[in-house]
Amino acid sequence: MRDFEYVAPTTIDEAVRLMAESGNRAKALAGGTDVIVQLRGGRFDIDRLVDMKKIPELNEMSYSEADGLTVGAAVPCHRIYEDATVQEQYPGLVDAAFLIGGIQIQGRATLGGNLCNSSPSGDTIPALMALGGTCDIAGPNGRRSLPVEDFCTGPGRNVLQDGEILVGLNFPSPKANSGAAFLRFIPRNEMDIAIANAAASVVLDDSKENIVSARIAVGAVAPTPMMATAAADGLAGKAASEESIEAAGEAAKAVASPINDMRGTVTQRVHLVGVLTKRALRTAISRAKGE
Amino acid sequence: MATTADRDAAAQGKFRVLGTRPVRHDGIEKVTGAARYGADMLLPGTLHGKVLRSPYAHARIRSIDTSKAEAMPGVRAVATSADFPIIQNREVNFAQSLQNPRLMAENDLADKKVLYKGHAVAAVVATSPHEAEEALNLIEVDYEVLPTVLGWREAMKENPVLLHDTLTERMTVSRADPGEDTGKPGNVASHLQLKLGDVEQGFSEADVIIEREYNTQTVHQGYIEPFACTAQWMPEGRLTIWTSTQGIFGVRGNVAAILDIPESMIKVVPMEIGGGFGGKGTGYLEPVAAVLSRKTGQPVKMVMSRKEVFEGTGPSSGSFIRCKIGAKNDGTFTAAQLYMVYEAGAYPGSPMAGGATSGLSAYKLEHALVDGYDVVCNKPKTAAYRAPGHPQVCFAVESCIDELAQMLDMDPMDLRIKNVAQEGDRATTGVPHAHVGLREVMEAIKAHPHYNAPLGGPNRARGVATGYRLNGGGSGSSATINVLANGTVNVTTGSMDLSGTRVAVAMQVAEVLGLSAEDVTPQVVDTDSVGWTGGSGGSRITFDTGRAAIAAAQLAIDQMRDRAALLWELEQDDVEFVDGNFVSKKNPEDRFTFRELAGRLMATGGPVTCSAMDTQGGVGGALAGNIFDVEVDPETGKVDIIRATAFLDIGQAAHPSYVEGQMQGGTLQGIGWALNEEYFFSEDGVMANSSLLDYRMPTTLDLPMIDCEIIEYANPRHPYGLRGAGEHPIIAPLPALGNAVSRAINQRVYTLPITPGSVLESINERDANGS
Repeated sequence: MRDFEYVAPTTIDEAVRLMAESGNRAKALAGGTDVIVQLRGGRFDIDRLVDMKKIPELNEMSYSEADGLTVGAAVPCHRIYEDATVQEQYPGLVDAAFLIGGIQIQGRATLGGNLCNSSPSGDTIPALMALGGTCDIAGPNGRRSLPVEDFCTGPGRNVLQDGEILVGLNFPSPKANSGAAFLRFIPRNEMDIAIANAAASVVLDDSKENIVSARIAVGAVAPTPMMATAAADGLAGKAASEESIEAAGEAAKAVASPINDMRGTVTQRVHLVGVLTKRALRTAISRAKGE
Repeated sequence: MATTADRDAAAQGKFRVLGTRPVRHDGIEKVTGAARYGADMLLPGTLHGKVLRSPYAHARIRSIDTSKAEAMPGVRAVATSADFPIIQNREVNFAQSLQNPRLMAENDLADKKVLYKGHAVAAVVATSPHEAEEALNLIEVDYEVLPTVLGWREAMKENPVLLHDTLTERMTVSRADPGEDTGKPGNVASHLQLKLGDVEQGFSEADVIIEREYNTQTVHQGYIEPFACTAQWMPEGRLTIWTSTQGIFGVRGNVAAILDIPESMIKVVPMEIGGGFGGKGTGYLEPVAAVLSRKTGQPVKMVMSRKEVFEGTGPSSGSFIRCKIGAKNDGTFTAAQLYMVYEAGAYPGSPMAGGATSGLSAYKLEHALVDGYDVVCNKPKTAAYRAPGHPQVCFAVESCIDELAQMLDMDPMDLRIKNVAQEGDRATTGVPHAHVGLREVMEAIKAHPHYNAPLGGPNRARGVATGYRLNGGGSGSSATINVLANGTVNVTTGSMDLSGTRVAVAMQVAEVLGLSAEDVTPQVVDTDSVGWTGGSGGSRITFDTGRAAIAAAQLAIDQMRDRAALLWELEQDDVEFVDGNFVSKKNPEDRFTFRELAGRLMATGGPVTCSAMDTQGGVGGALAGNIFDVEVDPETGKVDIIRATAFLDIGQAAHPSYVEGQMQGGTLQGIGWALNEEYFFSEDGVMANSSLLDYRMPTTLDLPMIDCEIIEYANPRHPYGLRGAGEHPIIAPLPALGNAVSRAINQRVYTLPITPGSVLESINERDANGS
């Protein structure tokens, strides 16, 4: 490993300037649970590491019914899943934040970092997508915002241009009679990379018997985490029944275009997308019913 | 036979100290972080070495140009195999023993060829580890890439690509014998054949014959501490090495041979060891660090990364085993046959022979035939791993027996008990069994409440298996006893403590001297400070080093009887040592406690120091076993272990907590081997999962509480009846889990690891066959 510069700006403008100066020779550091491991492993060679943890805005977490939940890009997972409001309003997000690594990792790792790492199997990304999250991005040309599902562009690649940083994520307030859940499949019970993962959110009608709308996202089965739009749209207006869940699970498989690797085979991954989508839907519906 | 439960119920055990659970002497240091491990060593002026490793699994080295690396600021020296005298002075001779220093040198720094991805090619020493690592990029190696021989199948096919031009197959009929050179060139280094009776006749007497094929993959020991050492070559030519190893005398011998210097010029100092499991019986870095220290005149420290540990150190063998068993309808075995192929990796020396000698030996067989093959391929050279070679063969044999029990509609333990070997029955080696609790362990398994407990849910099943390790001669251990004036004792050994052996040896000394375990301070010292001692492996330290320490303690008693006799103006024979007291036979009123007499040693001729060496060891075989309850998720193929019980014949537990620790630790490593662990190679021989993230060893969340049932069937070879604890517990989990999963999904598993993906495939296969 070559020596490189470590800087810790305290404002977004300064961070953008420092990132822009070094272009693709700079990396942003939040929890560091991916970037430090990759640096040491020789995955890339950089001139500058820009620590985002000293920027107040990136450490903020706030909720209001009007604006929903805002999570700064440097907020560690433990703050998210230990927050009473998040536990009550966004149990699907708790599922995801609690799945990253083990306890020590959760003390450092961030949703923002997980998203910017843009791994196809990113542990939280499908959950962020299913919850309808949006990304707040700052760069040399000012601020922009886009849905999480448009953020990743390939394995380890995303829409951030040189000099751009992720400021935070926003999630709309949960609608009445809604629920979400996130699941991944790993051979071990912790500290593992998903063979497949799936997140679902549903809105039920007032009878809580029928689905008004749904969002489904799956991961580790394509170059980026994918929205299973057709599967989700097919649930609109359907009964919240095992039959609907079964159909959605089968439909979700269509977006999977996985590879064979040491973690799993194509057949296994496509099969698991179906299993996990169904299980996530069952939990999401159960949560929407207040069970 | 007594079990832990029996003893806990009894107010007092057979012994005063053995069988109790004192706090281990090295415990506080280890839990507070004060203990010093290999990488904790930092001498003034230390330089840091890093190793350049081959990116190819098989290639000829045309040339190595180190000039740019040597010119880089911060770099102090570079080493290649040209710096190893043994490579310059001695030809390769494959007929030599498995610990062949010429081949070890090539494994430490490749000579003309690289034989696996990660094979060390050169080393750089610099003022910081980062500079050394950067300088590796400046070394130019010209490789002629050769086709990869990735496993035994490719290695053994017709006209294979050869790893070694001069390797020819050796044929032997005894594990101890190097055998005859057949002159047959190839990748098969040796063929071991063991024979009892006539298997053809045995199979002709069978009512039912089962023959199945089993596969296991390359797995790593997974010790937490990567290899780490520091070498300092002093100007007068003496070399000191601080290292994390299982055997300081082995390191001394290997380094002396590779560097062609006398052993007397080398001192090896043991650091604490963060796990070895057999894998640290062999060193890799020490001769390289020594060469770099000689070149720079400064201490050189080398520490491997986890990736280097996976790619560049010895795992255990992948294997292919065909097992055939013939039986009468009542379950009596008539014959058994094994065809076993073990991958040795880059150089000969897989643990095939260990598996071959033990695989069938727990059972009484008149007719048996075992053919084992040691085969080289383009993977890291294998090293020992806990009961080397046994888990693989036991997976085959005990899975086959379980399936046979199903075919015969018999209880699987009844089938084993019906065929268990007794004292005097011949093992497959032809040697009669000694006094060993084979039947006792099997009966304890069958009688255990777990064996008949309700499974408590759907998709669940129970699997059972036993694992025998036939354990031969120990290599020898030394011990020195120093009696101190306050009545405490130091016991000094050369046995690295992997598993609680300090306290287990100290307890034996305390038992002899009538002291408490806390009165005995165990020390593990360097090669200049204790008599020759073989490595900590083969489940032998509590037994062998214990015997040496007992002998030294008995010498100390004799010397102290002399001192009491002197004070009482008697002869030694007139003084006896009873219950920790020296007592005059002439006048029973005259008595000294151990402490009283220890306080008078200086006044009666000086301190008492006694040394003994035990070379007559040989802990002997023992049987272990496991029961597992599993639940299989039929939708994902995931296997969860619901309940686990481990059994072991320990003869006599010295410290039951550390026996249980060995049983639980071995069981957990067996679980990893069975369910998740494997080297995942690309077609060109690159390990894809060389990190602890992807090499999926079990975490605490993957394990149930592992209950332990200690069976104490005394070993006549030890004064207190001890047997070994270290190795056996890893053997049976492989087949026991295979049997449990096979029964849960109603489809037999023949290949490890039993990953969720493979379980799903088995379930699909079952459904396709409509069974």
